[in-house]
Amino acid sequence: MNWLFFLLLLVAGSAWAGEAKPMGDDPAVEARLKQLAGELRCLVCQNQTLADSNAPLAEDLRREVREMIAKNMSDREIIDFLVSRYGDFVLYRPPLKTTTVLLWAGPFVLLIGGGVALAVTLRRRQRVIVENAVITDEEHRRVERLLSPGVKES
Amino acid sequence: MIPEIGHFALILALCVALVQGTLPIYGAAVGNSRLMALASPAARCQFFLVLTAFGCLAYAFASKDFSVLYVAATSNSQLPLHYRLAAIWGAHEGSLLLWTFILTIWMFAVTLFSSHLPEAMRSRILGVMGLVSVGFLLFMLSVSNPFERLIPAAVEGRDLNPLLQDPGMVLHPPMLYMGYVGFSVAFAFALAALLGGNLDAAWARWSRPWTTVAWCFLTIGIALGSGWAYYELGWGGWWFWDPVENASFMPWLAGTALVHSLAVTDKRGGFKVWTVLLAIMAFSLSLLGTFLVRSGVLTSVHAFATDPKRGLFILSFLAVVIGGSLLLYAWRAPRVGLGGGFAPVSREGFLLANNVLLVVATGAVLLGTLYPLFLDALDLGKISVGPPYFDSVFVPLITPALFLMGVGPLAQWKKAEIPDLAKRVRWAAGVSMLTALGLPIVLGEWTPLLSLGFLLACWIVVTAVVSVREQLAHVVGGGIGTRLARLPRAYWGMLLAHCGIAVFVVGVTMVKGFETEQDVRMGMGDVATVGGYTFRFDGVQNVRGPNYTAVRGTFHVSRDGRETALLYPEKRRYTAQNQVMTEAAIDSGVVRDLYVSLGEPLEDGAWSVRLYHKPFVNWIWGGCLIMALGGALAVSDRRYRPAWRREPQVVPANAQLAGR
Repeated sequence: MNWLFFLLLLVAGSAWAGEAKPMGDDPAVEARLKQLAGELRCLVCQNQTLADSNAPLAEDLRREVREMIAKNMSDREIIDFLVSRYGDFVLYRPPLKTTTVLLWAGPFVLLIGGGVALAVTLRRRQRVIVENAVITDEEHRRVERLLSPGVKES
Repeated sequence: MIPEIGHFALILALCVALVQGTLPIYGAAVGNSRLMALASPAARCQFFLVLTAFGCLAYAFASKDFSVLYVAATSNSQLPLHYRLAAIWGAHEGSLLLWTFILTIWMFAVTLFSSHLPEAMRSRILGVMGLVSVGFLLFMLSVSNPFERLIPAAVEGRDLNPLLQDPGMVLHPPMLYMGYVGFSVAFAFALAALLGGNLDAAWARWSRPWTTVAWCFLTIGIALGSGWAYYELGWGGWWFWDPVENASFMPWLAGTALVHSLAVTDKRGGFKVWTVLLAIMAFSLSLLGTFLVRSGVLTSVHAFATDPKRGLFILSFLAVVIGGSLLLYAWRAPRVGLGGGFAPVSREGFLLANNVLLVVATGAVLLGTLYPLFLDALDLGKISVGPPYFDSVFVPLITPALFLMGVGPLAQWKKAEIPDLAKRVRWAAGVSMLTALGLPIVLGEWTPLLSLGFLLACWIVVTAVVSVREQLAHVVGGGIGTRLARLPRAYWGMLLAHCGIAVFVVGVTMVKGFETEQDVRMGMGDVATVGGYTFRFDGVQNVRGPNYTAVRGTFHVSRDGRETALLYPEKRRYTAQNQVMTEAAIDSGVVRDLYVSLGEPLEDGAWSVRLYHKPFVNWIWGGCLIMALGGALAVSDRRYRPAWRREPQVVPANAQLAGR
């Protein structure tokens, strides 16, 4: 019986309180907007994406993007439009061009460089492996001596 | 008067630092023990002098002395006392003082815990730290003096940026700086060893606990910063790849590599040169981080250039420290032997590969952070490098590192066999694969990234279990409890820290994969459902804080008809600067956070509201905490205690384990 009462209460409650309306009308448009806005910079903020910002200008820009989505423009077209208006600064994913080649290639160049250095080191070390023992007993004794108290050695 | 005492104390500290940075190092070079004996008292004296200066600045803030320019610029008479004190590090000058103060704390600690070091080594370490301190004191006294007077005095202070008026401000910067500056000890150890020409296993053993402690502080500092951004900025993110965040993340990555490289140097005598380089790198990145955040160069390259004196000083200081230590490195390092050999497949090999990945990741973050600054400075256009770039570069670099993290601790030193390793991890691999494929389906959604996250997290934990089982087999006698207790703490610390990463990965994966968000318009009594929770908006009321007025909303949250939480998000207007801040309200839990933040008021008393359901978000910071705990546990291992404090050795198996 209790649960019925409970259900009634719930129904009554929701009848009194309206379901909150999403800020945008069409969920599909909102999903695309969210995805796009996550890659765009709020131009008046310190360092915030358009999706995150509460600044009035960001709100305006979101509305504009929403309208462009509603006009059935593709992501590419919207981004091109924004770049033509605000420059590359608006994109959090910098476009690949001559000035940004280093930016995009850099990490992978580093990785290849690191990999080559690693391979060289490993090969060199492998040769050492047969030649000498790792830490000699004398060194071990020295460590123990140094770690014991009252030893002053320069 | 009091500020003048502080100023004078800084000048005296500079004199002491000059003595500390020169005579003991010279003494160590010529074998003069009277000069070397100066190091410790000088370091302690410097600590007390900088403490005095720090105390004087704190007093100026506490007593609202707006005749001090820095106090007037960063505080306000309405600001509560604890935030006035936190305002000491609210801007450039005070942050430098905090940095120097923490440096002297570390110096003092070195004098306390270095009685077992050879005198020459200790003098060189303290000497190098003294030199670093000279740089900072000189910087403060020449171009960013926190005690500069404002005559006539301001009637009212300009106030601390409202974003910074938060408990996070009290804790986060000191923790972060403890980490940054802690790497100066590792750096000083490395330079001292280079100067003395004795890069041996003892050097690594000594500098390991210091490095690990600094790393723990940095881990906690970064986690605090991230948590603070999460609840304070009001849009529910926890990491934005903001340059300020990257500035602290780079030393962490380099420091993590250093901690692992030191392990090899300590146990196997290998990687010496590499370890030294990493120590230099970690500290240089800490310096870079401090200056990046505090110099204003990030907001605009041009703002940085408007005060060319500061900029010039910073650049030359960085050049001297980094260039000088690299020169010393280039001069001395070739004399250092290679250390023990090892096969490509061995624990050393895996650790080295991990190091390479961590360093490459550091480089990538550095590149992405500085690239827009360089382009702008060269007038090649303004670009933004943000989360999409870092996500697509960082994840592929760090994924193999996480994979190696599981297999590394299982591999033998010197030489391991792939077939043998494969046999030992087949269970772990199987369980991880099943989890990676099954768990997302159970949770109702499958994406490659979800699977990858679960795979890595599970892999790390299960390989840790495999490792414990194998280690137990080596310990003889006793029940399972005593046998577990006999495994060295350093070993447990390592596993714990690794599992911290796994917990972190779970947090990130779950939040990225399953968080839900609603941007809604809510009038009085409206309800919205997010992640199975129903939020009812019960209107707003006006409240007054000590230095702000606010609109506070009330939200009833329920699930299946049962009340879960009452949340009060606020929109605050700070009176001094007339700035509006969003104060989100969060109901925290182990498996989910409910997050409400007020947007803008709309017509008819309605508000735009953001509601989030964030599953497992606390695991992100929980993971960091576990990592730091792991570090602390490792430092407490008996192998780092001076011999006279150790209990007599009972279990020979330990020695064998430690060597594994």
